[in-house]
Amino acid sequence: MAVTTEGAPAPRRKTLGETVRHRPEYVLGPLLLVVILSVWHGLVTWMEVPSYIVPKPYEVASAFYHGVFKGNYLYHAGVTLSEALSGFFIASSLGLVLGTLIAQSRLVEKTLYPYLITIQTTPKIAVAPLLIIWFGFGMTSKVVIAATVAFFPVLVNVIAGLRSIDREKIELMRSLNASKWQMFRMARLPSALPIIFAGLNVAIVFSILGAIVGEFVGSKAGLGNVILQANVNMDTSSIFAVLVCLAIIGISMHGLMGFLQRRLVFWGNSGPPS
Amino acid sequence: MKKVAHARVDEPVARPSVIEIRNLQKVFAARDGNPVQALSSVSLDIAKGEFLTIVGPSGCGKSTLLRLVAGLADPSEGELLLNGSPITGPQRDMGIVFQSPVLFPWRSVMDNVLLPADVLKLDRRDARNRAEELLEIVGLSDFAKKYPNELSGGMQQRVAIARALVHRPSVVLMDEPFGALDAMTRDTMNLEIMRIWREAGTTILFVTHSIPEAVFLGERVVVMTARPGKIAEVVDVDLPANRGIDIVNTDHFGTYARRIRNHFNARGLD
Ligand SMILES: Nc1ncnc2c1ncn2[C@@H]1O[C@H](COP(=O)(O)OP(=O)(O)O)[C@@H](O)[C@H]1O
Ligand SMILES: [Mg+2]
Repeated sequence: MAVTTEGAPAPRRKTLGETVRHRPEYVLGPLLLVVILSVWHGLVTWMEVPSYIVPKPYEVASAFYHGVFKGNYLYHAGVTLSEALSGFFIASSLGLVLGTLIAQSRLVEKTLYPYLITIQTTPKIAVAPLLIIWFGFGMTSKVVIAATVAFFPVLVNVIAGLRSIDREKIELMRSLNASKWQMFRMARLPSALPIIFAGLNVAIVFSILGAIVGEFVGSKAGLGNVILQANVNMDTSSIFAVLVCLAIIGISMHGLMGFLQRRLVFWGNSGPPS
Repeated sequence: MKKVAHARVDEPVARPSVIEIRNLQKVFAARDGNPVQALSSVSLDIAKGEFLTIVGPSGCGKSTLLRLVAGLADPSEGELLLNGSPITGPQRDMGIVFQSPVLFPWRSVMDNVLLPADVLKLDRRDARNRAEELLEIVGLSDFAKKYPNELSGGMQQRVAIARALVHRPSVVLMDEPFGALDAMTRDTMNLEIMRIWREAGTTILFVTHSIPEAVFLGERVVVMTARPGKIAEVVDVDLPANRGIDIVNTDHFGTYARRIRNHFNARGLD
């Protein structure tokens, strides 16, 4: 490698050296991946672990390639993504509207908040089988499950966000005789956005989780369904390949939310770490 | 020795009162059951175009008095008149500057200044011109498109001052607006606020706990003492109109400052 070669052309060495110095994570990150894959490969080979227990990295890569380019992973990913996104949109719209309504009245808010927190902290995923019974094996049940798990983080954060505005901003608006609507639109809602976005970030991850679990419980398509099928066939390489797909979807959604957040809440520095 | 504020007879033309405060009381119901008397029989006339400073130790009810005048809270007893009619709620004819700038981080400097115009639904073009004028006065013309988090504390407070003036209020209330600034910035801001006052011709009620600031800025200084908050004295300050900051070193200035400080020597201030 250029960094270690004595007498290599100076400019190139310098640029790479500078990169390492200023943004070491750009080099260390990929390097870590290489190390992990090597150790993985080495351990599996050395311990003679059979492929159906833990496949080797290149077997996963091959399964991924076949699934995506020769098989129907893209279709299943599309199904899962649509379920998750539909659930997410329903959850965020409902969460925004209901959260706003609840936050209008201090009494309503104080009465409901403990219940909301309780529901928020109970694993709602447990009702997935029930929702499959109610909404069938198609996409609808997954959308409902995704929406159910994604709804509460949005709702709770909308309420907490609208409540987070400092007293002085309220006083300032009050001193100008601002109407309730002006108070909401010009002061409360923008103040709440950083916290609302934190809720949306959780919600998008939860909705993918909801869709997958829904597919586990009962489905005809989707990446969760592919995992189940592969599981039955002891096709571990494919399971790993689907996990890679899910990771890509998760990172993309997280990145998209981060992008939106940096755009819409440019003043708050509470964006998700890249 | 005590001069209760009423129309001054020695003035050739008495300026009409903008704000009349009659026997104002404010009692807060505290959680522990003992009510807090924040203001006790405060009476004051504020003349049109006057620069009035209110000085007193913290907790003596300065903010409470200002909030009552602003219509942000109701008095427990007494009368409050703005241009002859009772103040029952916030008035569009007032501008407020708080101790912290209270800017909206999602609005640019220009849009922050325009906030009152937006809330009061004033003519946008008119308000924009006025805002540009005010940014010029506070020396921030080049920062109109910047956002609050790109400005220093002093600059943010100047934005807040411009915002308080954009809807051309006849009364501006300032609650320790420079309390959080360093001494040097504070001197600059004091000079600036005097210039703005002279140019805009508004009535200013300026709360501070700094005696020099009160004497430097005020045509009259209202001295308040605590427990319960009441007016100890109203001091007429007779200093040259276009004074520089170095006036604080003169004997004349010192006399006023000492006279006010005497009210607090027992308890201490600052
Ligand atoms: N909303 C409130 N509820 C109860 N007590 C208050 C409230 N606001 C002010 N007080 C009390 O009234 C007194 C005067 O307060 P304030 O007007 O803020 O004083 P200052 O601005 O001169 O420091 C203080 O003792 C304070 O604790
Ligand atoms: Mg105060």
